[in-house]
Amino acid sequence: MRSITVNVNGRAYTRTVEPRLLLSDFIRHELGLTGTHVGCEHGVCGACTVLADGLAIRSCLTLAVQMDGASITTVEGLAAKGGELHPLQAAFREAHGLQCGFCTPGFLMTLVPWLAEHPQPTDAEIREALSGNLCRCTGYQNIVRAVKLAADAMADRKGGDGA
Amino acid sequence: MKPARFDYYDPTSVDEVLALLQQYGDEAKLLAGGQSLIPILNMRLAKPAVLIDLNRVAGLAYIRELDSQLQIGALTRHAEVERSPLIATRQPLLAETVRQIGHSQIRNRGTIGGSLAHADPAAELPAVMVALDGTFCLRGPSGVREVPAGEFFLMYFTTCIRPDEILTEVRVPVLPPRTGYAFLELSRRHGDFALAGVACTLTLAADGTMADCRLGLTGVSMTPVRATAAEARLQEGRPEPGLFAEAAGLVRAAVAPESDVHGSAEYRRHLAGVLTERALATALQRASVLLETEQLETEGGREG
Repeated sequence: MRSITVNVNGRAYTRTVEPRLLLSDFIRHELGLTGTHVGCEHGVCGACTVLADGLAIRSCLTLAVQMDGASITTVEGLAAKGGELHPLQAAFREAHGLQCGFCTPGFLMTLVPWLAEHPQPTDAEIREALSGNLCRCTGYQNIVRAVKLAADAMADRKGGDGA
Repeated sequence: MKPARFDYYDPTSVDEVLALLQQYGDEAKLLAGGQSLIPILNMRLAKPAVLIDLNRVAGLAYIRELDSQLQIGALTRHAEVERSPLIATRQPLLAETVRQIGHSQIRNRGTIGGSLAHADPAAELPAVMVALDGTFCLRGPSGVREVPAGEFFLMYFTTCIRPDEILTEVRVPVLPPRTGYAFLELSRRHGDFALAGVACTLTLAADGTMADCRLGLTGVSMTPVRATAAEARLQEGRPEPGLFAEAAGLVRAAVAPESDVHGSAEYRRHLAGVLTERALATALQRASVLLETEQLETEGGREG
């Protein structure tokens, strides 16, 4: 067993864990943050994607002990403190980019850092960016729409700030 | 699906890693980015007694140039190679290849050394290493051993790394002048393992004839394939579509793919030829642009 301290969504958690505990199970079972979903557990479906020091990673392919000292962001950390949704979350709701919602946290955590690097993505770029996340309900059409909507909304917001 | 129990070590130096390998030998597995090893652990296809995590080892992640060779630390993440200005300008074949490895989440964590040491027969990087005559630097108890790419891959998932050694660095030459390149693969979805893939460089002489051409293939054999017969034929002729079709035929004859649920052996063999032709055409086009630029600059220099 090892004692680790991980900052998750701005809060430091110290826990004693087995080295074989996956980051995904640490987040869900040790911290009770069940927004991170576990699908395939071998790195194919993308449902468990979280940010580790700002980079999207698959939490089922990372051991919790490896994240000692790291900063993690999960889907629970996306909305503003008052509950206002992140523009990408709002766009997913607006464009009906989800049905059952199981895959949604993984899509959001993959796309939030990606949109920061690709503020004006084309359809083809969006499809490539979300190729590591599986959705069994939507057929992806509305997810692509949601990403474009979010990109526009974030560009408007940026423009507004500048003016 | 959870990994079986293991003893976990996270050393901070290569010397410590070597000491642990001395102590545990075959019982130990090295953990780099974990994007291949952790799925195997999760499914309990492997149950190593000891896991040696390399992620806290200092000085294994870097990209630098020395004497026209790019040196890449084994723990360098794919995403770091993808974003490296040095790789983009000096070895763009590698940049083009790395973008096709897995998905962004995989590339943020997966490492160059881990992928190469894993030696998946459908992985992208091994094809590039054999095409470029890259070098593998292995550190063991008696020092560093440098292994040429052609001798590194032995079998499916098997390399010449000994149980008491660790891969610390890979080296690839920078692309020579007037050299075009291409990495092409076909997979069902972007980021999936390739059904077949080809790494190609094509160097034109100053007069526009063929100076050098290299072809490395993945997904079509138990190890990456250097298409030597096709390369020899390409060396003899003029760089044009007819010659490329001939080379593709030689590639089809040289590979020995297997059938699986994703595609039959015949389909993969066909694909290896198609991708070779396309890669050669792209590489020629890129080399021609460089040649024209060079000629314009020479003329400009003369006029100036």
